[in-house]
Amino acid sequence: MASPYSKELLLDMYRKMYLIRRFEERAGQQYTLGKIAGFCHLYIGQEAVAVGPVEALRPDDYMLSAYRDHGQPLARGSDAGMVMAELMGRDTGYSKGKGGSMHIFDIEHHFYGGYGIVGGQIPLAAGMAFASRYRNEDRVTVCYFGDAAASQGALHETFNMASKWKLPVIYICENNRYGMGTAISRIAAVPEIYKRASAYDMRGEPVDGMDVLAMYEAVKDAAEYCRAGKGPVLLEANTYRFRGHSMADPATYRTKHEVEEERKGDPIPKLRAYIKKQGLAQDDVFESIEEEVNVLVDQAVKFADESPEPSLDELWRDTIVEEGEEDVRPRERVLGQKVNWPTYPSGQELKVTWDLEPREQAEAADKKAGLIR
Amino acid sequence: MPELMYREALNQALAEEMERDANVYLIGEEVGRYNGAFKVSQGLLDKFGSARIIDAPIAELGFTGLSVGAAMVGLRPVVEMMTWNFAILAMDQIVNNAAKLRHMSGGQLRCPIVFRGPGGAGGRLSSQHSQALEANYAHFPGLKVIAPATPADAKGMLKAAIRDENPVLMFEGERLYAIKGEVPEGEHVVPLGKADVKREGSDVTIITWSRMYYFCMQAAEELAKEGISAEVLDLRTLRPLDEEAILASVRKTNRAVIVEEGWGLAGVGASVVDIIQSKAFDDLDAPVERVTGLDVNMSYAANLENATQPDAPKIIAAVKKVLYREGA
Ligand SMILES: Cc1ncc(C[n+]2csc(CCOP(=O)(O)OP(=O)(O)O)c2C)c(N)n1
Ligand SMILES: [Mg+2]
Repeated sequence: MASPYSKELLLDMYRKMYLIRRFEERAGQQYTLGKIAGFCHLYIGQEAVAVGPVEALRPDDYMLSAYRDHGQPLARGSDAGMVMAELMGRDTGYSKGKGGSMHIFDIEHHFYGGYGIVGGQIPLAAGMAFASRYRNEDRVTVCYFGDAAASQGALHETFNMASKWKLPVIYICENNRYGMGTAISRIAAVPEIYKRASAYDMRGEPVDGMDVLAMYEAVKDAAEYCRAGKGPVLLEANTYRFRGHSMADPATYRTKHEVEEERKGDPIPKLRAYIKKQGLAQDDVFESIEEEVNVLVDQAVKFADESPEPSLDELWRDTIVEEGEEDVRPRERVLGQKVNWPTYPSGQELKVTWDLEPREQAEAADKKAGLIR
Repeated sequence: MPELMYREALNQALAEEMERDANVYLIGEEVGRYNGAFKVSQGLLDKFGSARIIDAPIAELGFTGLSVGAAMVGLRPVVEMMTWNFAILAMDQIVNNAAKLRHMSGGQLRCPIVFRGPGGAGGRLSSQHSQALEANYAHFPGLKVIAPATPADAKGMLKAAIRDENPVLMFEGERLYAIKGEVPEGEHVVPLGKADVKREGSDVTIITWSRMYYFCMQAAEELAKEGISAEVLDLRTLRPLDEEAILASVRKTNRAVIVEEGWGLAGVGASVVDIIQSKAFDDLDAPVERVTGLDVNMSYAANLENATQPDAPKIIAAVKKVLYREGA
């Protein structure tokens, strides 16, 4: 049977997953060399969870994540050199080296950040989706979080509001089965995270997070549902991280056998096998993609390594927005490239037509209850 | 000029700003159909509809974080905290997200948002409901913290806060809401970061903010009867502190008393003392005195509650002490 996916789409997915893999391998190396410090959480093994959704979304859909945040921006088109420079704490990084590995922000590509407080980004995403509804835009927001984050109160408070107000937000739980060294099964009363949605009358589904096409289909469908105003969706992407929690973690809490078994499900060779089986490309094509990406990542490392640290004047910038101060556009600042920057309607242009709790509905409820207003 | 209650002044500011800018919305517990726990949002639901006056579930962390997210993409939320005691549950979103977004993003994002609600003792509510918590937040770079005392300042500073491009925390007061004062109509905007000499004097500077202002004014009047001329400096903004105004007044009077409802240790007043001792040491004729809430939890019993808080007699005693008057 012919593949329902175009060759371009499939090869693009392959390229992006391979880019993330290669980037992360080099990031790990640079950490070992002492060029990257602090916490550095690699995405190796989870590439399909970023790439499938990115391909299924519009470029202007909002996205945000936790601190394991190199994969999504790379998939969305962020400059690999500038991401690497951020990891190395250099002036040419997306945040001028102020955020580091855990806080990648690329607003040009609608990537609204990596957050270091477990679960802290979950309410933010609902608010971004709220803003879309408020302005009557058909944009969706996609928010990543880990399996351990699913136990945070922030998640439950947010799901309640997101569902009640039918906010266009897709939550993707990256269930890699561990929060640091703690297996989800040890701390969760219900380890199947997707089931938590049902408590809030919200759509929730498990997805094979090691299959980029499954992720693509799930998010495509979820995005349509959100854009139609039907409310939020929770997708539980069942995945696995092949490396430790961060570069500092030797991951002794799992057996070699477990990791070996999981590595058999590597999403990158899986997609390659699919494309080959469909007869859409053979090894030479993959080899040339890999060669091109290897060069790109080498260049990224070189760019970052040769970049200066931020100037000490930067200490006093970016804490408070001064009167009349513009936002920093990283690619413009670093590479001199003109970029598209989000703009919002002014307070006079904007017409809010949304009724969050329609008056008639509220009055009917009052009447039924015998209340007079 | 019309006389308004503090809560009416806030209501006016909200209504005017929401009229001016459709990106502004108000969210909080009971702000809509109940018209606000302290009636600050009276009538606003009818005027602006349920997408802009939002009754939130009791989920401080959730609706605060949601609003921070909305501010990241262009809206200008006003988040009403039923009281600041409950906002402790939302502190993560204020401190770890709102205050740090500009920084973490290297200047790509801004977070124009107002968090507001009553702080300080409400009256016979015991320890969980009676905390003056502004000093906690004054600690964090990336935030602005304001605590107006008068209805005119409440209106003007809320308008300025809504127009500000940064997260602003506004500490009102349960016992301030019914206080009346003259409030300019329409476009009355009081810049943030500027203290105000509310009463001029030459012998001593009494520095304060929020509800304590009224005790300071009362003390100043009593002192005037004894021939002591006290200047009352209302800080109004606690972050950033108006160093210039503090130093100018102390250089004039050479003596200072700082009055703070909250606890003394690590209080805002401690930072004011630090500014004075490091920059106006040679101008001082006496050590700076502080009058603060006692270092205990607030009790329900009327006598214990009263004794816990600063009041005019305590302020008068502190003033006499810095003036080396007998009986102090
Ligand atoms: C509120 C909070 N508590 C604890 C931590 C420390 N911490 C960082 S990551 C982590 C585990 C999170 O695991 P999970 O959500 O499953 O994400 P994963 O790392 O597996 O992607 C912990 C405990 C933190 N950063 N924030
Ligand atoms: Mg995990």
